[in-house]
Amino acid sequence: MTGKTADQNSLFGPLADVSGNAGYTEHPQRVGFFTDTSVCIGCKACEVACKEWNGLPDSDGDVLELTGLSYDNTAALTANSWRHVAFIEQDKPLIDAQSDGDGHATRWLMASDVCKHCTHAACLDVCPTGALVRTEFGTVIVQPDVCNGCAYCVSACPFGVIDRREGDGRAWKCTMCYDRLRGGLEPACAKACPTDSIQFGPLDELRALAQTRLADLHAAGETGARLYGEDPDDGIGGAGAFFLLLDEPEVYGLPPDPVVTTKDLPDMWRWAGAAAGVLAAGVVMAFSGRRK
Amino acid sequence: MSEQLQVPPAEFQSYYGRPILKVAKWKEPDLPAYLFLGEMSGALAMVGAMAHATGRRSLARTARLASAASAFAGGAFLTAELGRPERFANMLRVAKPTSPMSMGSWILAAHSGLTSLAAASEVTGSLGIAGGMAGAASAITGPLLATYPGVLLANTAVPAWHAAHRELPMLFAGGAMTAAGAAGLAASVVSRDRADFDAARKLALIGAGVESLAGYGLEHGHGLDSEPYQTGDGGKMLAAARYLTIGGGIAALAARRSRTAAAVSAAMLTGGGVCAKIAVLRAGKASAADPKYVVASQRPDGQPGSRSLA
Repeated sequence: MTGKTADQNSLFGPLADVSGNAGYTEHPQRVGFFTDTSVCIGCKACEVACKEWNGLPDSDGDVLELTGLSYDNTAALTANSWRHVAFIEQDKPLIDAQSDGDGHATRWLMASDVCKHCTHAACLDVCPTGALVRTEFGTVIVQPDVCNGCAYCVSACPFGVIDRREGDGRAWKCTMCYDRLRGGLEPACAKACPTDSIQFGPLDELRALAQTRLADLHAAGETGARLYGEDPDDGIGGAGAFFLLLDEPEVYGLPPDPVVTTKDLPDMWRWAGAAAGVLAAGVVMAFSGRRK
Repeated sequence: MSEQLQVPPAEFQSYYGRPILKVAKWKEPDLPAYLFLGEMSGALAMVGAMAHATGRRSLARTARLASAASAFAGGAFLTAELGRPERFANMLRVAKPTSPMSMGSWILAAHSGLTSLAAASEVTGSLGIAGGMAGAASAITGPLLATYPGVLLANTAVPAWHAAHRELPMLFAGGAMTAAGAAGLAASVVSRDRADFDAARKLALIGAGVESLAGYGLEHGHGLDSEPYQTGDGGKMLAAARYLTIGGGIAALAARRSRTAAAVSAAMLTGGGVCAKIAVLRAGKASAADPKYVVASQRPDGQPGSRSLA
């Protein structure tokens, strides 16, 4: 047997026990978010609760800047915005029977984006200081007392989530309210969500719940509904925070089929080794032949 | 009747055209300067060891001093990229093969130490055996220091960098040779011992070939992911790099007889190497800033919904 089991896929593929793989012998079960965008009303209570609980600053033009992008003035996940509600106005019917006669209707898509807490987290893989770590809950956090602001994680994240804070110099992102989890509380965004669009709980339970919700929506004629990030066989080994979307991921500003960059890392090291060999051979060649 | 020969350009959906990825925080001049000085130091360490072994005293001395100096200068530019430069030492807190920056920090630390010892031995004339061994060992760390940044950049979500994981280390290997060759050519202009430096001239020629080929691969090897190397700020810089590197190579052909040609070649090769590094940084930023590159690289057939719906 040379094939890897789901316990050994450290770089890519399904991973049954993400905290165990990170070295925890005893740990609570993996928790996550299921963000059901079909019931999001765009109230931004999640954004506010997150800012309040985590004491996030308002720099980087996070507030008091009008973007002109529908009701979205947060614009993106940043070092200072760990929840971001996207607003999409579409000129097409939600369900055919509801169209206004001429085949057109406006539909609103609203979705609260967040760090995905990937099973194979590129930010964590590439961090050179060990500032980014896997917690006992299976989530990914930055230790601010260790981070030296090299910004490697910023370019490694396939979702454009983690960011370096201007003036502070360190990388910041959603911790899934690690402090609240340690105290037995649910994260602030999930607590504040008035429609339960953001659901928090053990990841296995959320995945089952999401399948039921998806089947209900399909049965109701919402054929565009799909789950995003829930599949352990996807390019990141499944997300700890996954979504139910009503349109293609890129419409929400999400990458359609992201793959953790470290999947190809062994191959990259081999090519660098070959290049080092070319360099060594080139120098030796330059010194060969008789001196003139 | 006209036939439609081209596939119509693909339309990509996005969220108001906003980037999916974060654009790299790394900046000019720090990152290109680090890449250039690191690869130069790497190749010079090997040149120093070879020159020492083959009795080219002037070249050995030049290469060892320049290798140590460029390693430290490169390290300073690397530190300047940090949001918290005073925490540079945290790089040596862990050793992680999954983090090319962790591996690179260890390589740089070892290389700086070894080249310093070799240079100190060269200057003081003491430390004979230790200096020689350090110089020989830096011939191992050197090629690693020169090429690992190719993995550093490729191991990201940036389409233009990730797709180019074969070409980037080769570009830096070629750049290492032209940079070291240029340093030797520049030294030969003022040296009385010009025959010593013929190896540097040959190295510059080999490097110009490797660097140009790798640059061509960046521009043409990866479909849409190559576009940032052809157009915009990245494309302009890569074109400038190509002309300077090829021109520097041609000038190197005449450098054995002409001090002027040696000086011109050194300047052009240095300029070409620096431009190539700037081009790679700018292309990566352009690639991350436009969501179409991200979407296209993840939808090989160009069609939405190619990933099966759950």
